[in-house]
Amino acid sequence: MTKEANKLNKHQQMYELMVLIRRYEETISSLFLEGELPGTIHQYQGQEACAVGMLFDLRKDDYMTSTHRPAGHALAKGVSVESCLAEMFAKTTGCCKGKGGSMHLGDISCGAVPAIAIVGGGIPVAVGIGLSCKMRRTDTVVVCFFGDGAANEGAFHEALNGAALWNLPVIFACENNLYAASTCIRQAMKSESIAQRASAYGIPGEVVDGNDVLAVNRAALKAIERARGNEGPSLLELETYRIVGHSRSDPCGYRTREEEKAWREKDPILRMEKYLLEHGGANPEDLEKIQKNVEKRIEHALQEARSAPEPQAEDALQDVYYGGE
Amino acid sequence: MATMTIAEALRQAIREEMHRDARVFCLGEDIGVEGGFGGAFTVTLGLAEEFGHERILDTPVSEILIAGAAVGAAISGMRPIADVQYGDFLFCMMDQLVNQAAKMTYMSGGTVKVPMVMRSPVGASTRGAQHAQSPEGFFTHVPGLKVVCPSTAYDAKGLLKSAVRDDNPVLVFEHKLLYGSKGARSEKTALNPVGEVPDEEYLIPFGKAAVRREGKDITLVATLLMVYRALQAAEILEGEGLSIEVIDPRTLVPFDYDTVWESVRKTSRLMIVEEDNRRCGWGAEIAARASEEIIYYLDAPIRRIAAYDVPIPFAPVMENYVVPSVKRIVEEARKLVEA
Repeated sequence: MTKEANKLNKHQQMYELMVLIRRYEETISSLFLEGELPGTIHQYQGQEACAVGMLFDLRKDDYMTSTHRPAGHALAKGVSVESCLAEMFAKTTGCCKGKGGSMHLGDISCGAVPAIAIVGGGIPVAVGIGLSCKMRRTDTVVVCFFGDGAANEGAFHEALNGAALWNLPVIFACENNLYAASTCIRQAMKSESIAQRASAYGIPGEVVDGNDVLAVNRAALKAIERARGNEGPSLLELETYRIVGHSRSDPCGYRTREEEKAWREKDPILRMEKYLLEHGGANPEDLEKIQKNVEKRIEHALQEARSAPEPQAEDALQDVYYGGE
Repeated sequence: MATMTIAEALRQAIREEMHRDARVFCLGEDIGVEGGFGGAFTVTLGLAEEFGHERILDTPVSEILIAGAAVGAAISGMRPIADVQYGDFLFCMMDQLVNQAAKMTYMSGGTVKVPMVMRSPVGASTRGAQHAQSPEGFFTHVPGLKVVCPSTAYDAKGLLKSAVRDDNPVLVFEHKLLYGSKGARSEKTALNPVGEVPDEEYLIPFGKAAVRREGKDITLVATLLMVYRALQAAEILEGEGLSIEVIDPRTLVPFDYDTVWESVRKTSRLMIVEEDNRRCGWGAEIAARASEEIIYYLDAPIRRIAAYDVPIPFAPVMENYVVPSVKRIVEEARKLVEA
């Protein structure tokens, strides 16, 4: 993994991980358009600072739950690029052996629960994991990702109330990218923020610049410390923007080009580049080296995925029950 | 050997499993509240005093939370026994049961296990349409779930213990009129069978039917309360010279087709009695499978007796009419042998 493989400092590693997620998603996009991948895609470009800022300081034994847009979360939690790409190719070497697909990336061995693609469905599951962490007397924590759309699901309410009531080590990370598919958040809730809903459950809530990986990381560290210290859950609302469509064929007719342009100027990767160059002691060659290294990793993963074996049709009949019926 | 009710047998199973395995815990509404009921039907009564409120965890009235927390706890090393007050409330948590619990193992390519138990009381008991359903059939339809229906104290204990030890989500359906709940939680029209339960440890494997009564003229498959109605009907029919074999499958998923088919090869007649609505119920699946696999052994069309396709009404006279009665089973059996 990135963290051991090079001598980059923390900020450079965070940058590398964001670039990896971006290039992974761009690669998927091209492969998809070229017709090489089956299925559908829900991409993460523009939101990389959320995944990296939230997950960078988690331990391997900490947990993470994700959504129908899981690639950034999975990669940042340590699921290998190879197994994610292979899953997109529906190969047996995929992280779900080709049974999951683009919306269920995950690998429980590194704490990444296979992504839950029912909006809001993962939030109560994360609470159960938090309950288990606490009952087993561990100091492990759970980061639970969901979007602004999920904040209007009943599951959100029941789960936050439960986590608060039982003082569980869960960090609710709401990526507010302003649109639930095509529906703008202003058409979906009257509250000014999602974070303010935290007060209804008696837990801290905070609005964070979700395109600033350092800001996200600062908020995450605070919430993780609280959770590990048995001080209970937190709700972080990460304000961000997906610079691509909701899914495979979305021309984004519901939002203006001006809005998209304004958010592109707040691109989290460009901002981190600027920070590293101005305050992080990096020069352009360093960043280029990181980018090239990422290209190599993706190229390698792509070769592996392409040459990996296809599942047999009858494999579909396995794994319905753990250990067989 | 001790004699006990189903509620007592379930309680003993939970107690033994919680003593045996620190990962086992209960969560649900009103299950451990001091001065409360021990769940809607007293099954967990006294367990909070014994195990503490962390392991007998009272929840808010939040069915999505109950099921979701069970799924999350199960995939991260615990073995939850979740409790819902009435089976009708399972519909509040359908996403968690059907999309999360049932599919997590499969979607993960077999790497994630979900060892959770979801207990729920079912059956009509003059409470009207929303506290009366027998929704087993909804869940038998879902790959990834197991469905268990204990009708005796012996089965209740042995099957629940097996459910707790299973690495998959298991729904345990318990009948309100069979629990033997006492005090304020007792049921007026209940049967409350008591049964013998061995003192030593035992498990009942899933997918093994019990032949409750041997017979040679008709094979009658029934679960839960319908087992008792079928047995009463068999008693009456014996007086008319008809011999009924009553089979209680005990688990609907997995289902013991072998035992039922063996019986049908002997009797050449098949009746299925279920308390759920008739349309697309689990009985329809058994009948369809019979038509595919053993139709040449049958001397007459298969008869399915189930609740009529209406919601469960309140008025006792209507409720008794809608849910299969002993009288209806007897009449249908007579028609079947005349056919």
